[in-house]
Amino acid sequence: MALIRAEKLVKTYRTGEVEVPAVRGVDFAIEAKSFVVFVGPSGSGKTTLLNMIGCLDHPTSGRLTVVDTDVGTLDRRAAANFRGQHVGFVFQDFNLIPVLTVYENIEYPLIMVQSWPEEKRRRQVMRLLEAVGMSGQAGKRPDQISGGQKQRVAVARALATDAQLVLADEPTANLDQDTAYRVIELMKKMRDELGTTFVFSTHDPKIMAAAEVVFTLEDGKLRRPSEKSAAVHA
Amino acid sequence: MLNVLKIAIRNLARFGRRTLLTFTLITLGIVSVLLFVAVAGSFKAMMIGQFTDAVLGHLEVHRRGYVASIDNLPLNLNMQPETVEKVERVLKASPAIEAYSGRVKFGAMFSNFTETTSIRVNGIDPARETATTPLLPGRVVEGSRTGALLNPGEILIPVLLARGMKVKTGDTVVLVATNRDGSVNGKTFTVRAILESVTGPSGRDGYIRIEDARSLLRMGQPEVSEIAVRLRNPAQLDRVYAQLSQELTGSAGSGGKPGGMAGKSGGSGLEVHTWAALSPFSNIANMIDLLTVFIKIMLVSIVLISVMNVMVMAVYERVREIGTIAAIGTPPGRILSLFLTEGLLLGLGGTALGIAISLGAIYALNVWKLTFDFGQQQGLVLSPAIGVKDVAVIAGMVVLMALLASLQPAWKASRMDPVRALGHV
Repeated sequence: MALIRAEKLVKTYRTGEVEVPAVRGVDFAIEAKSFVVFVGPSGSGKTTLLNMIGCLDHPTSGRLTVVDTDVGTLDRRAAANFRGQHVGFVFQDFNLIPVLTVYENIEYPLIMVQSWPEEKRRRQVMRLLEAVGMSGQAGKRPDQISGGQKQRVAVARALATDAQLVLADEPTANLDQDTAYRVIELMKKMRDELGTTFVFSTHDPKIMAAAEVVFTLEDGKLRRPSEKSAAVHA
Repeated sequence: MLNVLKIAIRNLARFGRRTLLTFTLITLGIVSVLLFVAVAGSFKAMMIGQFTDAVLGHLEVHRRGYVASIDNLPLNLNMQPETVEKVERVLKASPAIEAYSGRVKFGAMFSNFTETTSIRVNGIDPARETATTPLLPGRVVEGSRTGALLNPGEILIPVLLARGMKVKTGDTVVLVATNRDGSVNGKTFTVRAILESVTGPSGRDGYIRIEDARSLLRMGQPEVSEIAVRLRNPAQLDRVYAQLSQELTGSAGSGGKPGGMAGKSGGSGLEVHTWAALSPFSNIANMIDLLTVFIKIMLVSIVLISVMNVMVMAVYERVREIGTIAAIGTPPGRILSLFLTEGLLLGLGGTALGIAISLGAIYALNVWKLTFDFGQQQGLVLSPAIGVKDVAVIAGMVVLMALLASLQPAWKASRMDPVRALGHV
């Protein structure tokens, strides 16, 4: 059973009288626990597709099922609830909350989204800090750590609620090559340890090479996916 | 909720200078209003006290039509003995009434044997009058302050008259008055003391004993022009006024507030008036109340504009942050509460600081004992005070305004589209 399934998915934006097609009838399926990348040039529809999978945007037509839910039918409140329960996000600009420490940023969704009890929360945050190698930086504010460290914290925050799916839009775009590769390795390690499905987008061929499934988008249309899962999982 | 509070406090601290400026504005507003209310309230209470405790009493009972023609001090509208008895029975039965004093009031010619002028004369029972208007003896600026306020054949005259007529204590003067039948009678009096003036028509009031007044006017029976009433608790004025109006006139009256009214006469032919209906100062008291309302409106405007400004800026500057917390699943209601809490904290912080400074300033003003003059009265001590209710109302008003001012920006934040917010530059 696929974790994500898209059927004839279309997204069209309207600017005044002009209709701009961003995604033009794509079909794909993503299995649970996979490590998937969407690649393509700017404007090819990568971000739009990730936004729709993450219930941040609605399809214009077609059907999109994520974790057995037709996300196209969710209203604003239900979509927020769905994201809080099933989806984690990693952003290109890290988007950590500047007034909170590293620890508190990871803890944030457990308080503001899912209301975990304090002790359970503490154990989860400590485990994730350990997993992403940020235990020593727990008390620092985002402006006191490097870009790579910020992205590690962002990955930990995305995993905090035990989300089944993490979406990352160009997560390495603001990182140097080495750091970028380490972040991708971290994400893969998390997938292996926690069984979380990671779906991300990138321009970077080296990063692309780390993925197990690659979807290539061009002008809102999907080329056939390239499968490398056998090699990766081995 | 504690976590929302923690994040809200940190967000306010993040823009420290702006938060401080808003705190300062709210604090200054609160201090201005509370000090104004305290000082104006003190001034008003003191001036009301001067009128009620030195001249008028809290309430007065007259025969119907007397107050309408009070400038003439009409003798033909005096209360007859049986009416006076009835009024006294009602007054004695009311536990809210501390004292009352019947007065005979009339206009007379005042002569020092070389010059003559007009005077308004109050015939009083000194003991009862002192119980009803306890500040009357304190108005003596020249002459004996000990012993009885007045002995038979003595007169208290206002300082305006004493200066104008060059009369001193111990001098003999003549009062000439026309009685109800139109015949004229004169009687000599010794000036016992000179009274400081009060603002208003009572500034030309002199006092003699009520028996002397009746003798001068050749009254055949113990009539009185008015009965002044002192309450144990002036705060009960409205209630007692309504009660007396009901019992004496058969009408509930229209309230005892400044600018009010008289209990309309029923079959008894009596009227009850509060001090406010009899004193021109009630208009000043009304103006003080009106000014207080305007000052409060200004405070509300300051709070509304400053908090709204801060919160609009807070939302505008944190669009991407709002997009992030919305994207990771923060419910819209929680985003709303986060921004409302920030606005609420601004209001609460400014209010708490403002109240603390105001109470300190009010305490300092009471320690320093500032004095001021009002009309003919000089050296009045300013004793500002503010009630818990006033503080609570103003604090509540400010906090409510801070919440209302935050509502629109908070609502906007909670309704923000995460995709657009995340793409905001």
